[in-house]
Amino acid sequence: MSTVTYVEAIRDGLREEMLRDQNVFVLGEDVGVYGGAFKVTEGFLSEFGEQRVVDTPLSESAIVGAAIGAALMGMKPVAEMQFADFISCAFDQITNFAAKCRYRWGAGVPLVIRGPSGGGIHGGPFHSQNPEMYFVHTPGLKIVAPSTAYDAKGLIKSAIRDEDPVLYFEHKFLYRRIKEELPTKEYLVPIGSADIKRSGKDISVITYGAMVHNALEAAEVLAQDGIDLEVVDLRTLVPLDKEKVLQSIKKTNKAILLHEDVRTGGFAGELAAIIAEEAFEHLDGPLMRITAPDTPVPFSPPLEKFFLPKTSDVIRVARHLAAY
Amino acid sequence: MQLEQQTLLNILYYMKLAREVETRIERKLFRQGKIVGGVYTGRGQEAISVASSIQLEEKDCICPSHRDMGAYIIRGLTVRKILAQYMGRKTGVTGGKDANMHMGDLRHNIVAFISMLADTVPVATGIAIAYKMRRQRNVVLCYFGDGATSRGDWHEGLNLAAVRQVPVIFICNNNQYAYSTPLEKQMPIKDVSIRAKAYNMPGISVDGNDVMAVYEATREAIKLARGGGGPSLIECKTFRMTGHAAHDDARYVPKELFQEWEKKDPISRLETSLIGNKVITKKEVYQMDARITQVVDEAVNLAENDPFPDPEETLLGVFSDRSAEAPLSFAESFFSSNRWR
Repeated sequence: MSTVTYVEAIRDGLREEMLRDQNVFVLGEDVGVYGGAFKVTEGFLSEFGEQRVVDTPLSESAIVGAAIGAALMGMKPVAEMQFADFISCAFDQITNFAAKCRYRWGAGVPLVIRGPSGGGIHGGPFHSQNPEMYFVHTPGLKIVAPSTAYDAKGLIKSAIRDEDPVLYFEHKFLYRRIKEELPTKEYLVPIGSADIKRSGKDISVITYGAMVHNALEAAEVLAQDGIDLEVVDLRTLVPLDKEKVLQSIKKTNKAILLHEDVRTGGFAGELAAIIAEEAFEHLDGPLMRITAPDTPVPFSPPLEKFFLPKTSDVIRVARHLAAY
Repeated sequence: MQLEQQTLLNILYYMKLAREVETRIERKLFRQGKIVGGVYTGRGQEAISVASSIQLEEKDCICPSHRDMGAYIIRGLTVRKILAQYMGRKTGVTGGKDANMHMGDLRHNIVAFISMLADTVPVATGIAIAYKMRRQRNVVLCYFGDGATSRGDWHEGLNLAAVRQVPVIFICNNNQYAYSTPLEKQMPIKDVSIRAKAYNMPGISVDGNDVMAVYEATREAIKLARGGGGPSLIECKTFRMTGHAAHDDARYVPKELFQEWEKKDPISRLETSLIGNKVITKKEVYQMDARITQVVDEAVNLAENDPFPDPEETLLGVFSDRSAEAPLSFAESFFSSNRWR
């Protein structure tokens, strides 16, 4: 066992896959000489060479387009968006080319797009966003968002091995703030599988990404009040592990739907619809969303703090819900 | 340059075949209502895709666009499959999932373009990056129109190809109109090829209605790319002898332009030259035409009788694995058996 941070876990997973399969290569802005803006690919250039660690121009659309072309030829490209926010520049290639390729003409596009996402680092409106829902709404893309070092490593490896385009949203607030002991033996975390991060009987908190940690913190506080939270970490948004979500609801009969992304059109709304359709008779209280407000991500620390959902929000809402 | 007679005859055949297929699609099957949706043809532009793609090796790749019918046929798609595609049949290239020229088949190394023109330019670059990485001596021919060269993806794709020095040849069908917008409203330059200067790659403008000129320019660019010399841009000046699509009567195009370009028709030009040089007799041309008519007749008959896809196939093929398929919603599943009736 060795202790690694979230960012190291991503790096280790990526490196293991590059060692395993000659077809895996990385491309993106500053991924080579500099090792990536967040140092995810640090050391890769000297280890794997210039053909497999490709520094590109500032061309997100061409980065993804080139990844698609290489994937069509049987390569396994891993494209880095320097910040997930910049994925908007490649929106067309992702949603119209990559996502629809298999459906239109049976051509699989096995590529991974990594997007450092999320707030809490004073990045302002263009370095803090959670852009997953633009892509959740586009059939043909798989979307993962790990919350722990273990999941980060296991999911990057599964994403690279997947036959479909996978968007891998890694939360940059977590990069160096969390670490854990990881098995030295190789492992994978399957795409499409949620994980119960804390088992409880009173209220299910269904969440993903950095908010998993807020839910877990809230659970510790609430346990002292005798409120027992279950924390369901989705890990994958598409394909959704609906069974684990519904099982949890059927056990606790109450749900908080929590994410850092903004409210309207957020994943919580989709979850609420699924639960309402398929587990209505199991509910003993209203479905409660906790999300960021419908605003851009503001820069100034007090504004950003206000914007982000907090542990105290989970505690407050859980107490309200417990009263039902 | 002296081309082998057989190559010239093949070029003539494929140009004529492409035109007959498109004429049948646009002027018969579409008007009869047997083809629905958009119909775009490359009438008058056949020399470009035919004289270039005919030079490729098996493992080379094409990224064609919507005025390049000849390239699809040369790379191995059958006329029946193409017609079935237009008619939305299960036997079509995309099994009814996508329409008209959106045809791709990796068995023939044909990449299906999308309606957001120029998106295939970075994709072609990526294919060439893969070739270079594997030290494969193959090339990509990437086709687009003048209109596509105004998009950011076009510039990003050329730039990346040039920086990486990868084997891709960018071929512009400059037919002088992007839908209804003439060249002077699209760009402040006369020649698309000068855009190559910005990417420090060879750029050349040729008469796109002259088979020999297109052949020669492509041959040079392929030779350069195969030898590791990187990408090139070839602008083929031509004219769109139709509207943008079958519904468009092109009234915004001055009639004189059509008359002028009619005289430069690439098929007539090659045919006249081959007859003049006694490569082919008039009688043999008639025989070629008759054979093409027969090939297309047979393909139309087969395609017309091909089945439509099952409606339930709508749900299939989004992902590689069935478990990840987008299912009907819970509520819809109650009546899914009646959904399509």
